[in-house]
Amino acid sequence: MMKAFLILEDGTVFAGTSIGSTKEAVSEIVFNTSMTGYLEVLTDPSYAGQAVAMTYPLIGNYGITPDMESERAWPKGYIVRELSRIPSNFRSEGTIQDFLEKQDIPGIAGIDTRALTKILREKGTMNGMITVNADYDLDEILPRLKGYRVGDVVAETTCRKPYTIAGSGPKVALMDFGAKKNIARSLNWRGCAVTVYPAFTPAEEIIASAPDGIMLSNGPGDPEECAAVIEEIKKLYDTDIPIFAICLGHQLMALANGAKTYKLKYGHRGGNHPVKDLSNGRVYISAQNHGYAVDAATLDASVAKEAFVNVNDGTNEGFSYVGKNIFTVQFHPEACPGPQDSGYLFDRFMDMMKGAR
Amino acid sequence: MPRNNEIKKVLVIGSGPIVIGQAAEFDYAGTQACRSLKEEGLEVVLLNSNPATIMTDKDIADRVYIEPLTVEVVEQLVLKEKPDSVLPTLGGQAALNLAMELEENGFLRRNNVRLIGTTSETIKKAEDRLEFKTTMEKIGEPCAASLVVESVEEGVRFAEKIGYPVVLRPAYTLGGSGGGIAKNRGQLMEILENGLRLSRVGQVLVERCIAGWKEIEYEVMRDGAGNCITVCNMENIDPVGVHTGDSIVVAPSQTLGDKEYQMLRTSALNIISELNITGGCNVQYALHPETFEYCVIEVNPRVSRSSALASKATGYPIAKVAAKIALGYTLDEIKNAVTKKTYASFEPMLDYCVVKIPRLPFDKFISAKRTLTTQMKATGEVMSICDNFEGALMKAIRSLEQHVDSLMSYDYSHLPQEELLEELAVVDDRRIWKIAEALRRGISYDEIHEISQIDKWFIDKLAVLVEMEARLKKEPLTRELLKEAKRIEFPDQVIAQLAGKTAQEISNMRYADGITASYKMVDTCAAEFAAQTPYYYSVYGSENEVEKTSGRKKVLVLGSGPIRIGQGIEFDFCSVHCTWAFSREGYETIIVNNNPETVSTDFDIADKLYFEPLTPEDVRSIVDLERPDGAVVQFGGQTAIKLTESLMKMGVPILGTSAENVDAAEDRELFDEILEKCGIPRPAGGTVFTAEEAKKVADELGYPVLVRPSYVLGGQGMQIAINDHDIEEFIGIINRIAQDHPILVDKYLQGKEIEVDAVCDGEDILIPGIMEHIERAGIHSGDSISVYPARSISEKTKRTIEEYTKKLARSLHVIGLINIQFIVCGEEVYVIEVNPRSSRTVPYISKVTGIPVVSLAAKVIIGGKIRELGYTPGLAPEADYFAVKMPVFSFEKIRGADISLGPEMKSTGECLGIAKTFDEALYKAFLGAGIKLPKHKNMIITVRDEDKEKAVEIGRRFERIGYRIFATRGTAQAMKAAGVRANAVSKIEQESPNLMDLILGHKIDLIIDTPPQGAERAKDGFVIRRNAIETGVNVLTAIDTAEALIESLENTNIRKLTLIDIAAVG
Repeated sequence: MMKAFLILEDGTVFAGTSIGSTKEAVSEIVFNTSMTGYLEVLTDPSYAGQAVAMTYPLIGNYGITPDMESERAWPKGYIVRELSRIPSNFRSEGTIQDFLEKQDIPGIAGIDTRALTKILREKGTMNGMITVNADYDLDEILPRLKGYRVGDVVAETTCRKPYTIAGSGPKVALMDFGAKKNIARSLNWRGCAVTVYPAFTPAEEIIASAPDGIMLSNGPGDPEECAAVIEEIKKLYDTDIPIFAICLGHQLMALANGAKTYKLKYGHRGGNHPVKDLSNGRVYISAQNHGYAVDAATLDASVAKEAFVNVNDGTNEGFSYVGKNIFTVQFHPEACPGPQDSGYLFDRFMDMMKGAR
Repeated sequence: MPRNNEIKKVLVIGSGPIVIGQAAEFDYAGTQACRSLKEEGLEVVLLNSNPATIMTDKDIADRVYIEPLTVEVVEQLVLKEKPDSVLPTLGGQAALNLAMELEENGFLRRNNVRLIGTTSETIKKAEDRLEFKTTMEKIGEPCAASLVVESVEEGVRFAEKIGYPVVLRPAYTLGGSGGGIAKNRGQLMEILENGLRLSRVGQVLVERCIAGWKEIEYEVMRDGAGNCITVCNMENIDPVGVHTGDSIVVAPSQTLGDKEYQMLRTSALNIISELNITGGCNVQYALHPETFEYCVIEVNPRVSRSSALASKATGYPIAKVAAKIALGYTLDEIKNAVTKKTYASFEPMLDYCVVKIPRLPFDKFISAKRTLTTQMKATGEVMSICDNFEGALMKAIRSLEQHVDSLMSYDYSHLPQEELLEELAVVDDRRIWKIAEALRRGISYDEIHEISQIDKWFIDKLAVLVEMEARLKKEPLTRELLKEAKRIEFPDQVIAQLAGKTAQEISNMRYADGITASYKMVDTCAAEFAAQTPYYYSVYGSENEVEKTSGRKKVLVLGSGPIRIGQGIEFDFCSVHCTWAFSREGYETIIVNNNPETVSTDFDIADKLYFEPLTPEDVRSIVDLERPDGAVVQFGGQTAIKLTESLMKMGVPILGTSAENVDAAEDRELFDEILEKCGIPRPAGGTVFTAEEAKKVADELGYPVLVRPSYVLGGQGMQIAINDHDIEEFIGIINRIAQDHPILVDKYLQGKEIEVDAVCDGEDILIPGIMEHIERAGIHSGDSISVYPARSISEKTKRTIEEYTKKLARSLHVIGLINIQFIVCGEEVYVIEVNPRSSRTVPYISKVTGIPVVSLAAKVIIGGKIRELGYTPGLAPEADYFAVKMPVFSFEKIRGADISLGPEMKSTGECLGIAKTFDEALYKAFLGAGIKLPKHKNMIITVRDEDKEKAVEIGRRFERIGYRIFATRGTAQAMKAAGVRANAVSKIEQESPNLMDLILGHKIDLIIDTPPQGAERAKDGFVIRRNAIETGVNVLTAIDTAEALIESLENTNIRKLTLIDIAAVG
C-alpha cells in the first residue's frame, strides 16, 4: 500500500494510504455528510475544482452502480476513512478503487476524516493537496496552496453543444452550468422535452427556440465568476418564460437582479438540511451542495421574495420573483444523492408552464 | 405551531412489567417524555405497574401511580386525577392497547379527555391488519400477499393458495407473540391455533414468506403540521425471518445504495403521512436482495425498542421530541438538544458505525431451543459504536458478558464439514461464530451467502476479523500489526492468546508504542456543527476529542450492561439515581454503559457518557483519560462489582464498601468467620470444587442441599440436590465453565424467606423495611412474591433481623448498600446470603417506603451520616399499607424453557400491588401481572407428595368459589379423602383422555403443578407445563403461590380499587 498525504493550507498534514491515481492534486477541500450516494457525489459536476472528503467512514460498500450524475467523476481529489474491500449490491459493476483509477482521481484513505471535518468547520473551507510524495516540502507547498483558486469551472463542466431528450410535454430549455443528470431526468420523467444548452449559449438563441420553460441548473465554483452568463440571464428574466433555477442557477438569477453572494464558511454539502417553505411553514429535508449563498438582504423585496430559508443557519434557500413566473432554490430537488422530499417543486414548475401557455 | 395551551395535565401510561418484547426501552422513552413534559410546566400523572422503573419516581412525574394497567384502573384514575389529556404512545403496545379500549368504549370522549400523541384512527390503521393492508394499497405501498384469518380452516385455504412457507402474525400481541413461519400444513395448524388464541381480537395474518430478503428499518418522526424526517435507518444482518429484536443490527444500513436508501425513506415518509402519525414511528421493510422490490412488513405507530436504539445510535432524542410534538410543537420549533444549534427538523448524519447484538436468555433456559424466529426471545441488548464495522462488532460481542470476546469464543473446529454447512443454515445466536469457522476453512463467500442469505459485505467483514486472527498467530507482532488489530478492536487478551504472549505484555507494548484508545463524540451531525453533548465512543488510530475537565471531583459510575434475567432494569434505576445524587453533591459524573435501552445511557443523565463495553481493558482506557477521583461499583449489579479489582489495580479508589469487604461476603471462609464472630447462624455447609467433595459435604449435612457457584447473579446455576446423582449432574453443569471460585454446598432449610436492603454509614444502619417472600426458601428471591411489610414474622424476629443486619453491615465495614437474605424457621433466623451492594428490591422498597435509598447511599458513600441526613437509624417505622411485588415471566416466548420455579431466577420483570389491606394489594399484584381468572372455572392440580396436604386445602377453597378440579390420580385421591370433589385424570404418558387432552381442549384456566425437588424436577411434567404455557394457560409451580392466588381470588369482590399516589408516600 502506497502512502499518501493530505496537506492543508494551514500546515496540517494527514498521512494515509493512496487510492485511485497517484498524481498530485491541489484543490479546495470540502466535506460531504451523506451516508449513501458516494457515486452521485463523485459524478456531480459541482465538485469541479474541489477535493471532497466523505464524513461517513465506510465508502464503496455497494460498488459502482449505474447511478452516475454525469459522464465522469469531477472532484480533483477524494478523501475517505475506509474503502470497502468488496462491493456488495446486485447492481454493482465494479469497485470504487478501479473507478478512481480509471477516472484518474487521486485520493487518500485511512485518515481521521472527522478531525479533518472539524478543522474545516472551525477554520472554514481551505485549499489542500493530496500527494504520494513523502518528501514534501511545506515551505514550497503552502504558498502554492494559498494561491489556488477554483476559478471559472463552469466552462469546464458544461456541455459542448446542445442536445435534446425527447418528450411529449412542455419544451424545457435547460441551461447546463454543470448540471446533474437527474435534473433533466426529473423533467423528462414528467413528460418534458428537454433541450440542454451549453452555459454560454446567448439568451437570444434560447428565446428563439420558444421553450415553455427555462431551467437553470446547478454548477460549480463562485457564481461571481460567471459574469457573462449573468448578462444572458438578465435577458431571460425580461421574457415571460417561466424559469426554475437550482443552486448555481439560483445564485446567478439573484446576481442578475442586483443581489450579492458570499462564500459560506464551510458550505452545505449533504442530504440532511432542513429548508422551510416560507409560504406555508412546511419544512423539507433537502440535498445540498453549495459553498456560496445569496445574501437575501441585498435583493430588493420588490424584485423577489424570500421563499425558502435554511432552518439551521437561516441562510437563504430560495426566491420567488415578484410579478414573474420565476422561482429559484439553493438546494437540490432533483436529489441524487439525498432525499426526494422537494421533488414536488418540479411539479410546481410544470404547473407554472401550463399556466403560462 | 406553538404549544397547545389547552393541555395542562397529562396522564402518561407506561408499559408495565418487563417482559420479552417490551422491556427497559419504555422506561427510557417514558422517563424522557415525562421530563420533557415537565420542562414545559405541565402537570404529569404517571401510571405504570412496574416499580423498578425510573419513570415511576416522584422526581419524574408529579403524581405516580404504580397500579395495574387495566381499563378499570385507568378509568378510575382519570376520574380521580382529572387529566385533560392521555399520552399513550410511549408505553409500548401495552399502553397503546389500553388507549384503544378506552377510546372504543367511549370513556375518553364522555370525560372530555383527549388522546395526544396519536389518534385511535391512526392506531387502528397501523395495527389492525386489514385496515393496514387497505391503507398501504391505497397509497401504493406494497405488502407481502396476505390475509387476515379468524379460523384455522381459513388460514389453511389461503396458505395453500399462495404456497408455503407462510409467515403468521397474530394481531395485537407483543414482540410477535405466537407468530412463526410454517413450512407445511402441520406447522401451520399448530402455530395458527395458538396465534388465534393469543391475539386480543382473535386475528392472525397469514402472509407470503419473504424470508431471506434484507430487513431494513426506518425511524420516522412527524409533527402536526405534516413535517417529517427520518432519524435513522438500520439494516439487520440476519435477513427477514428473525425478529428484529433478535437480529444483529447495524446502523446506518451498509449494503444499500442511495437509490434503495431513498426509495425506502420516501416510502416511510409516505406511510407516516398517510397514517397521520404525530410523533415517532417505526417502519420495517423487506427488500429483495436482487431487485428494487420491497414489502412493508410492519409499522409501529409509537416509540419502540428500535426507536430507543435509533436514539442512542444517533443522539437524536426521539421520545423527547415525540412528547413535544404531542403538545403541538413542530419539528422546526424544537431545538436539537445535542448541538443546541440545529433543530429537531433535521436528519442525523452518522460518521461511525453502530452494531446492536441481542442478549438471549439461553444461559438461563438450558433446555430451550436456540433457534431464532419471528418470535422475539431476547431479554435485552448491547450496542457499540466504532468508526469501522469490525470494531463495532467486536466491541458489541464483548459487551454481552456471555464469556465471549472474539469470533473464536465458540469452537466449531471439531465439526465435520457437512455438519458445519448444515449448522450455517440454522438461525441461532451463534451463527456468526459458525460463519467465522467456515471462513477459517476457506469456504467461499458465495457458499456461505447461499446457505445463510447473509449479505456478502458482512461476510467479508467477518473474514477481516478471521484473517487478523491468522495474522496474529503467524506473523511477528509488529507495531503496525498491533495497531491494525486494535483498530478493529481486538482486545489485548485475544491478541495475547493468538500471539502467544500475556495480556500484560500486549498492554505494555501498546502503551510503550502509544497505541491507545481515543474518543469521538456522537453529535448527530457528523461534525458539521459543534456539539455540546459529551457522549463518546472509542476508536483506535484517531485524534481524541474528549475535552479535559477539571475543577470538580470526578466520579466514575459503572453501569450494568445488557438486561438479562437476574440483572434487570433495577440496576439501571440504581445507577441513574447514584449519578444524580453525586451530581447534586457537586461531583462531575461519568457513566460507562453499553445498553441502548436504558435511561443511564441517555445523553443528559451524567456529565459524560461513554458508550463502551464494561471490560477491564475498556474501562482502563477511560480511566487513563479521565483520571476519576473514585469509582462507584455497588449500583451496577454484578457487572460493575466484577470490575472492582481491576479498578483498584488502575489506582482508582472504590467509593463505598471496599473491595476486600465485598470479597469477604463472597468468600465462604472469610464470611463464616465473620458470622461466627457476630454469633449469627447460617445453614451448615462447605466449599468444594468437585462432585466427589460435594457428595462428601452433602453426606455430612444430609439431603436436601443447595448447590451453587460463588460470585453469581440471580442464582445462576443454583440447584437443590436430593441425592448423589443430582450432585453429579449439577456440579457437572457448573463446571462446564471454568470456575475461579469454589462451589458452595449448603444445607437446604425450608423456612420463610426474608429480605432486607439497608444503608450503612459505617456506624449506623437504616433499614427502610423488611420484605417477606410468599414462597418458601428454595425459590429464587427474584421469582418470589415479596410482601412489605413482613406480615407473618413476630416483632421479636424483626428485631433479630435488625440486629443481625447491623452486625453484618458493621463487620463487613459496609459504606453504602447491603442486601441480606434470611431464612426464618420458627423464631430462628439464619443468614443465607449477603450482598454488599444494591439489589433488585432497592427501587421497590424505595418507592413503597418513600425513603430514597440510592441517593441516601450515595451521600453516605461520600461521608454523610444517616443521623445527619435526617433519618433515625435502625428499622424504619412500617408503612400503614401493604405493597406486594409480583414476578412476571416471559415463558411463552421461549420455546422449550422449563417454567418450574426453583433456586435459579427465571422472571423477566415485576409489578406492584399497593393498598391499605394485604388482600387488595395482592389482588392488584396478580391483576398487574396479567393473571386473568376465571374464564372457564376449570383447573388442574398435580402436586408432589410434600405438597398434598396443602393442595387439598387450596383445592377446597377453589371448589368453594366454583371451580371444577381435575387432578392426577394421587392428588385426586388425597382430595377425595378430604372431601374435596376432584375428577381424576390420567397423566400424559397414560392413554387418552389424559391431562394433555384437557389442556388442548382449551377449557382450563389454571394449572397447579409442583414438580418434585432434585434433578428430576425439570423432567417431570415438563411437557404439560410447556403445553399449558404455550396455549396461554396460567401455571403455578409453587404451592405457596397457589395459596396466595386463591386468597386473592376470594377477594375479587374488591370492585373499586383504592389508587395510591406513590409520590405522596413518605
